[in-house]
Amino acid sequence: MTEQTDPPEPGTEVLRVERISKRFGPVTALRDVTLSVRTGEVLGLLGDNGAGKSTLIKIVTGFHRPDSGRILIDGREIALRSVAHARSLGIETVYQDLALVDELPVYLNFFLNKELTAGPFLRHTAMRRRAAEALGEIGIDIPSVGAEVRTLSGGQRQAIAVARAVNTAARVLLLDEPLAAMGAREGGQILRLIDRLRTRGDLAVILIAHNYSQVMDVCDRVNLLQHGEITFDRPSAETSVAELLELVHAEYRTA
Amino acid sequence: MASDTELRAVPGTEPRRAAGSGLARALLRRRELSIVLVAIAAFAYFSAGSYGTAFNTSNNYHILMQYLAPWAIIGAGETLLLICGEIDLSAGFTYTFVPFAFMSFYNQGLDVPLSLVLAIAVAMGIGLVNGLIRTVFNLSSFITTLGMGFFLEGMTYIQSGAEPTTPPIAGGLADFMGGWRWSELVWALVIIGVMQVALSYTKYGVYAQASGGNPLSAAESGIKVNRVKVATFVLTSLFAGVAGLVDQVRVGSFDPTSGGNTMMFMAVASAVIGGTALLGGSGTVVGTLFGAVLLAIIQNGFTLSGVSAYAFDVVIGIAVVAAMLLNVYISRLRRRYLR
Repeated sequence: MTEQTDPPEPGTEVLRVERISKRFGPVTALRDVTLSVRTGEVLGLLGDNGAGKSTLIKIVTGFHRPDSGRILIDGREIALRSVAHARSLGIETVYQDLALVDELPVYLNFFLNKELTAGPFLRHTAMRRRAAEALGEIGIDIPSVGAEVRTLSGGQRQAIAVARAVNTAARVLLLDEPLAAMGAREGGQILRLIDRLRTRGDLAVILIAHNYSQVMDVCDRVNLLQHGEITFDRPSAETSVAELLELVHAEYRTA
Repeated sequence: MASDTELRAVPGTEPRRAAGSGLARALLRRRELSIVLVAIAAFAYFSAGSYGTAFNTSNNYHILMQYLAPWAIIGAGETLLLICGEIDLSAGFTYTFVPFAFMSFYNQGLDVPLSLVLAIAVAMGIGLVNGLIRTVFNLSSFITTLGMGFFLEGMTYIQSGAEPTTPPIAGGLADFMGGWRWSELVWALVIIGVMQVALSYTKYGVYAQASGGNPLSAAESGIKVNRVKVATFVLTSLFAGVAGLVDQVRVGSFDPTSGGNTMMFMAVASAVIGGTALLGGSGTVVGTLFGAVLLAIIQNGFTLSGVSAYAFDVVIGIAVVAAMLLNVYISRLRRRYLR
């Protein structure tokens, strides 16, 4: 149901993770993982529960430090010190819990901890206007930016969280299981939103998922993470859900 | 902004126009408006009674003020604390203790203004300790402040020798601090006003709502949740100390048996009746003022109507719980119809 756009011009490589390893005590969470993403590209990072997706995300967002390997942003090696540091470099994440506050209206969630103020006072009108503009720009339809977030549907909430992340100077957007716990119609809306973000061409999106069939259409390229290693990296046009499933099933058979 | 007033339909769902007239919708939208109506109804009820002539006098309004002012002042702090997802059960004893902290400085030979400043600092220190124990040791505020309440009650008796004292405050300062007939009301209205503005129009207010509504989301957005909470504990204790000083200067006696748990309960009840969620995330300070007004009218009205002294607390207890239930019911209606 996602309208495929033409494959965009391959942009410049904005984020590269090179030979990253991470151990937690006796457990090796990631082993020699190399991954890269270009602007205007949507990379699907697929893998089972426990494959190491969460650890990889947390390293890219500055939450964990890798034991070895390096992270390059725009080709320059960077040691991410903290989540705030990664954010300042344009790496934004939308976590599964979305980090929304149900009790606050949409526009205050949109500007959470980035409120517009005049002296000590909030600029409610300006924040409402800009939130409405930003949501309109990426085609999100919500009843009112003044509505409390708790009154919105799962898809609308996800869309607001994505819009908020994009509205910063984001260059790399990580979406952690954006389709989890979402119906087909709402999931479709989110996939179309991701597609619109791709066509902007200035953003690299890493889409983390464990349901392959949902995301194959929207991804330009697919990486499969198994047991802490990237075992598969190919443009999505050159693979299929069947092939990916076969790879994973093979793992179960030999396990 | 126009988009605020028109709730466009969510695709696939029909808007619930059944909510009825504009008045009903406005009532549901402004959560503190319902408590204003209930307060007006209670006022009309007691005005219309056979004792209505006694109820509607300047002297009786003054008595109403004496009830509601300390509840509203402490309630302003409790409202923000509840919104943060916390509570201060020691505020009533902070009210009791701070005047005696003032006396201890005064009795050591310090002058009145300096003793007042130090007493206020002690009040804020109580809140700081509450907040730090809550956040650093991650002990629930319920337990932390319950312990602090007992501690302060004991300290009050030690400091006072269980004897009331006449405040050594006179003249203009005394008038300012509650001596003038309506000065306590001015204190209450100013503090309520300042805190409502802080809640609605500053980052602090947004952070307080975020910290109570979804602490994890708030922290992920970079909000220093613990700092917000500690600051709110400090504010609550500050207001409790101010209420203790102003209220007891008005009475003309620092009384070690004043305040306490009843004072705390009425302040928290004012906040909850006024529409503040006990579990955090939402509330209004103006609602708390009207919650205090309603409780004062109930207390004063039943006194005038001659309810027996034995039955009095029974009536108050039922009225408070009924008012809270009504509030919960109205919140549920709000949520259903404001989709």
